[in-house]
Amino acid sequence: MREVAVIGTGMTKFGELWGQSLRDLFVEAALGAMESAGADTLDSIYVGSMSSGLFVGQEHIGPLVADHLGMRGVPATRVESACASGGMAIRSAFFEVASGASDLVLAAGVEKMNDGADVTGVLATASDQEEEVYYGVTFPGLYAMIARAHMTAHGTTEEDLSWVSVKAHRNGAKNPKAQFRREVSLEEVMSSSLVAEPLRLLHCSPVTDGAAAVLLCPLERAKEFTDRPVKILASGAATSSLALAQRPDPAYLDVVELSGRRAYQMAGIGPEDIDLVEVHDCFAIAEICCVEALGFLEWGDGGRGAREGITDLGGRIPVNVSGGLKSKGHPVGATGVAQAVTVVEQLRGEAGEQQVEGARIGMAQNMGGSGASSVVHIFQGV
Amino acid sequence: MPSPRYHREIPARYRLEAGRCKGCGKVSYPSRMVCPACGGRESERIRLTPSGQVVTSTVIHVPPDEFLNEAPYAMAIVETPEGARFMTQIVDCEPSTVAPGMEVSLEFRLIRKEGQSGILCYGHKGVPSAGG
Repeated sequence: MREVAVIGTGMTKFGELWGQSLRDLFVEAALGAMESAGADTLDSIYVGSMSSGLFVGQEHIGPLVADHLGMRGVPATRVESACASGGMAIRSAFFEVASGASDLVLAAGVEKMNDGADVTGVLATASDQEEEVYYGVTFPGLYAMIARAHMTAHGTTEEDLSWVSVKAHRNGAKNPKAQFRREVSLEEVMSSSLVAEPLRLLHCSPVTDGAAAVLLCPLERAKEFTDRPVKILASGAATSSLALAQRPDPAYLDVVELSGRRAYQMAGIGPEDIDLVEVHDCFAIAEICCVEALGFLEWGDGGRGAREGITDLGGRIPVNVSGGLKSKGHPVGATGVAQAVTVVEQLRGEAGEQQVEGARIGMAQNMGGSGASSVVHIFQGV
Repeated sequence: MPSPRYHREIPARYRLEAGRCKGCGKVSYPSRMVCPACGGRESERIRLTPSGQVVTSTVIHVPPDEFLNEAPYAMAIVETPEGARFMTQIVDCEPSTVAPGMEVSLEFRLIRKEGQSGILCYGHKGVPSAGG
């Protein structure tokens, strides 16, 4: 396989963007990625979207977005893995470039969630319709069950969950593209309204519109486009059961562990080599489970991460310096690509006051459903 | 939910029918064509014991539209004596009292209605066991 580099990034603001359509969002992010690399052609496009069909009534968005980007004729395929769609789009683009089949491949993610759809119902389609949704569970309800299992098995507390949200907002307040650019106090989190016990509103990521894009090419050609390419060291992915009840331990995201292990193996490194990580904190408990499964904290000990500042900017392993899904926003299909944009900016030293000093290797972990799919990418500044 | 899909699920939902792998003995609920433990294709049909223990739980405060009138309600993953796990509501009790370890019996109940004029959808819900 050829070595692959990220040579350009683009991203819209995240938020309730009532004036922009799905195609507008895609084009803004894609043009940003192409212009930042000075590229005016593409060989191929992958676009991650969880549910353009249910959110805006539009399937078949590959040709739609290619056409609107001015790239009619270029092969373009939608990639879907629920909230991991964006990360899986990067994975598809990565392998297309690595294989030698194409040189310039755009990996984007887009979701237009605020357009009048029943968002709770759409998100629930990422869980098992027959075994879960039928009985009245919601997405927050599934992560709430993960949280309660973690609390029961490991003594994690509601306060541990809440520190994750406090940290997310502290970081997101400094991210110009974040949906919620304000800090929240521990008291605000712990007194916010209950969504699904023990999860409260401020333990949950919001409903967001947005898009993000990265442009990939073979590492050997990267200097034609940028002085600061970022190499993709590894792509690891995995699946588990769609239904939470079918997994051996509801307190453990086995899919994250497996995808992370594959990525570490491909890169030939371990968690101690990672300088920063963006994990899929769709709910506060997810961040706790992910930092454990990726080896940054011991199994069962993830609650210490935010509580003790281990995962802060300046801590041993900064987690979600972008504000994460919680504060930055979570346009589901775009999230995995936005995580990669954050990591690439960090490795290029372009992150301003959120910069992790001396960051050389970064990771992005993107998850679908209640932990049924996960994809991990490891990046290295060149 | 379209009626054909509902009809297919009746054996599992009404009678708690599950599949036991003839190779390794793993019980799958609902039954599957391929055993998730050993990959075996041969299974026998069994009926689950209508009781179990709560593995983990929550109380839903922000429900889907179809369950608006029931919130807040408790939901749990319940494990039956056969080792099968499934998700369902726990009813006939204060939702806040439902917690991991609680013993429940599984009773045949109305689960949901398909709109104003659609079919009534049934299945099993958990009810805390007497004395438990």
